[in-house]
Amino acid sequence: MLKEYLTIRDISGPLLLVEEVEGVKYEELVEVELPDGDKRMGKVLEVNEDKALIQLFEGTTGVDVTKCRVRFLARGIEIGLSMEVLGRVFDGLGRPIDGGPKILAEKSYDINGNPINPFARDYPEEFIQTGISAIDGLNTLVRGQKLPIFSGSGLPHNQLAAQIARQARVLGTKEKFAIVFGAMGITHEEAEYFASDFEETGAIDRSVLFLNLANNPALERIATPRMALTTAEFLAFEKDVHVLVILTDMTNYCEALREISAARKEIPGRRGYPGYLYTDLSTIYERAGRIKGKNGSITQIPILSMPEDDKTHPIPDLTGYITEGQIILSRALHRKNISPPIDVLPSLSRLKDKGIGRDKTREDHSDVFNQLFAAYARGKEAQELSVILGEAALSEIDKMYYDFADTFERQYVSQGDYENRSIEETLDLGWKLLSVFPTSELKRIRGEWIDKYLTRFKEEEPKKLAKVA
Amino acid sequence: MRKGVIVKVAGPLVVADQMQDARMFDVVRVSEKGLIGEIIEIHSQRAFIQVYEDTLGIGPGEPVESTGLPLSVELAPGLIESIYDGIQRPLDIIYERTGDYITRGITVPPIDRGRKWAFKPHKKEGDRVEGGDIIGSVQETVVVEHRIMVPISIKGTIREIREGEFTVEEIICRVETPDGMRDISMLQKWPVRKPRPYKKKLPPEEPLVTGQRVIDMLFPVAKGGTACVPGPFGSGKTVIQHQLAKWADAEIIVYVGCGERGNEMTDVLIELPQLKDPKTGETLMRRTVLIANTSNMPVAAREASVYTGITLAEYFRDMGYSVALQADSTSRWAEAMREISGRLEEMPGEEGYPAYLGTRIAEFYERSGKVICMGSDNRVGALTTIGSISPPGGDLSDPVVQSTLRVVKVFWSLEDRLAFQRHFPAISWLNSYSLYHDNLEEHMKKHVTEEFPEQRKEAMRLLQQEAELLEIARLVGMDSLSISDRLVLETTRSIREDFLHQNAFHEIDTYTSSEKNYLLLNLILQLHHLCEGMLEKVIPFQKIQGLRVREEIARAKYIPEDQLDQLREIEAHIRSEAEEVLREEGESNA
Repeated sequence: MLKEYLTIRDISGPLLLVEEVEGVKYEELVEVELPDGDKRMGKVLEVNEDKALIQLFEGTTGVDVTKCRVRFLARGIEIGLSMEVLGRVFDGLGRPIDGGPKILAEKSYDINGNPINPFARDYPEEFIQTGISAIDGLNTLVRGQKLPIFSGSGLPHNQLAAQIARQARVLGTKEKFAIVFGAMGITHEEAEYFASDFEETGAIDRSVLFLNLANNPALERIATPRMALTTAEFLAFEKDVHVLVILTDMTNYCEALREISAARKEIPGRRGYPGYLYTDLSTIYERAGRIKGKNGSITQIPILSMPEDDKTHPIPDLTGYITEGQIILSRALHRKNISPPIDVLPSLSRLKDKGIGRDKTREDHSDVFNQLFAAYARGKEAQELSVILGEAALSEIDKMYYDFADTFERQYVSQGDYENRSIEETLDLGWKLLSVFPTSELKRIRGEWIDKYLTRFKEEEPKKLAKVA
Repeated sequence: MRKGVIVKVAGPLVVADQMQDARMFDVVRVSEKGLIGEIIEIHSQRAFIQVYEDTLGIGPGEPVESTGLPLSVELAPGLIESIYDGIQRPLDIIYERTGDYITRGITVPPIDRGRKWAFKPHKKEGDRVEGGDIIGSVQETVVVEHRIMVPISIKGTIREIREGEFTVEEIICRVETPDGMRDISMLQKWPVRKPRPYKKKLPPEEPLVTGQRVIDMLFPVAKGGTACVPGPFGSGKTVIQHQLAKWADAEIIVYVGCGERGNEMTDVLIELPQLKDPKTGETLMRRTVLIANTSNMPVAAREASVYTGITLAEYFRDMGYSVALQADSTSRWAEAMREISGRLEEMPGEEGYPAYLGTRIAEFYERSGKVICMGSDNRVGALTTIGSISPPGGDLSDPVVQSTLRVVKVFWSLEDRLAFQRHFPAISWLNSYSLYHDNLEEHMKKHVTEEFPEQRKEAMRLLQQEAELLEIARLVGMDSLSISDRLVLETTRSIREDFLHQNAFHEIDTYTSSEKNYLLLNLILQLHHLCEGMLEKVIPFQKIQGLRVREEIARAKYIPEDQLDQLREIEAHIRSEAEEVLREEGESNA
């Protein structure tokens, strides 16, 4: 029988201070029973002699100092898992909310997990084809990568994430694939969008959803991504499934973290976020990857909305330092009706170099990528210049780049929510766009590829590609 | 030693009572799980402990035991090719023992106790030895001879020295000292927070050749020097660090992955054993020690990891090697300090960092240098330290950047503007600096070419001029520039695209020797000089701009190291094409 304490002393914000406790452990799970029988979950944030500081996930409304009973459950926060979780919907703390039965767990797992030994990791290098040119061609995603989408309010990041979930596949394999979706503080409508999209495409049977919506307790959000990732680890490393984890919206998660930090009166770091935000985020993001000798993998796509579209805000900033690149959405492109509005220049996939090339995508990929990129960057520069000086000031060659940048956005980046391009189509489209330049401008492409692809392309390809344009 | 009792747990900070025997910075074992921690503050009987492992499930009442020793590393054959965590636990052995995840409270000796090494004495019975003297060696890997040194505190006469196969703990030598007989084994320990001693520091005069053109040519670092690489995310800090770990001509590399990505460490682990050292032909792993404390591993061990790394590096320096220590990233180390300081409720300095941030950073970088090592043979060792910094938002006013710039001599400023243009390495030629030019000039003149300093100055002058010209062009348009200014822009574009730009993932472009470096820049500058001459002879600018040889220059960096004659051929082509243009022009005028 667990001891019950009636010794709550202080209540402030989401925090409780309980005195005269014995044998309490750091990070232990706590249950608080209100006089009306309502039960709240929480965890121990600090123990100091016989005093325990507890953070309640569902808020302290209605908690009093005389009648509430506190029980320490002698374990951390756990989730029971088995293959039955596929196709199910849970709340932010892992309780089923789809009306289905309880999960018959094979085993319970502590949601904090343990750090993967860097020596046990296998390097992510299997190309994932998302069918989106701006990603496959220029910011290639690989299995085991964590690639966030940096977005802003009003931008179609959900559509992009859903499109990736719908289209992602590894070339030439038929392995088990699942989606784990963790929602933190998003609206009911947004959650519904994903749920119905998964349902329409049949993806729901291989999906697990953890939903903490905007009207659910904010502090529950601290646990939600960890619930999702523990499930993903179970599927990937014990059941050999390739898992794609979508976490949205990380900004809400960080705000919940800030709320607790402020309640604890900790010394704030930048913009009031706690100094350990980096460490805390890394314990989420670093749970992506591949492990030697295991067939499954975890690929993460966290979505975060940048406050005021500011990339230097602490949340995107620290995220960028941990994740392996970022896909940035641009408001300007969105206004131009480019869909998806991926801003190619500041976007980056750090792992692309190992995931592209011969036997993975195609031998010319790396060079084509570098050339497209350089040409687009120069085109953008020319466009800026012409805004100041007028188009007349541009040299002949700069005008070429100016036009290229426009065509590139309209034909290469833009493709709509339902077009699924193969990597060959993406690469050939790149060659087609580059073919407007004289060969001497294509400095970043090896001569042999120019001979092999550009000439071949100029002779045969135009007919085939006319429809793409 | 008496056991203390935990009274408080808050994240990585644990407070224990009844610790009257405790000393500052002693290592303690916390709770029955035996978590490793270090005492960082003492208030009468209470010791404040930073714990190097996750404190989940730890509570008041559990025991704390002091080991009575400060946090130390083990130094012996077996270090090379190892991968350690922040407190020198071998990750490969942990993987064998506990599987894919790092569980808590494991103790594994950093050095394999069972393995036997062939020890070859260099001294004989009756020799007088003092601390730091090399008494013998072990061929640790094909390229690294591990020199066994007399511990610093011992001075006397060798009474016995053995040859043969020994484990690291077996006695290989006995020295008679005024205080009695002392046994020496191959294994030594050294506290990480205490710099290893040396006889004298020397000014660094030799460059650390990194194979990276922009570094070697424009902003070189000396062997025994210090450098820092600050930059926002995505600007390529880690790629630069990896490139240096791969190609820098140091004899030993200690690479500290401090609070960075797990996959990046895996990358290093997979790639280094496959790459061949251009000098020895052996794989690069054969000279490397890795320390990996990734961002999701406990924060306190991250704080210790840079000290662990530099102590190992100093040990190899003491053997008389040229060592490079690379710390990626020192910002994570500083943040770990901030986190612990916050938990200790210390008065914060700038941005919440502790007030002693600057001191700690300065102490760390000051442990590098070119030195005369301890011992009677006056051998010289060098320790080069290269730290990357990840300032929030790429803002260089960050306290970690500013504290670092006050002590380091080389600053490679990474700019995201360059990274967006995929100009890699994204080292800004306008903001970066190296204070070693004067020190290195003599060496470069002697070993590469007499013209080296002049070449560098001219390239820098042109690039500076470019920045000014572009500013003017932006205000009043390209047309307002004179022809000779346009020529400067043409040349600097070539310097940027054909010389400074370097593709780390291209099999040939990834490394450039000093000679090729010089020849490449020479081509561009030669062409520039000839074009200047042509302009004087009123050759139209279009013709100068359209010289066919420009394309050859653009592809020159892909010429393999063993075919450098091709570069000289291009030089001949430049001349002949220039003559041709002049001749045609003369004919059409005639």
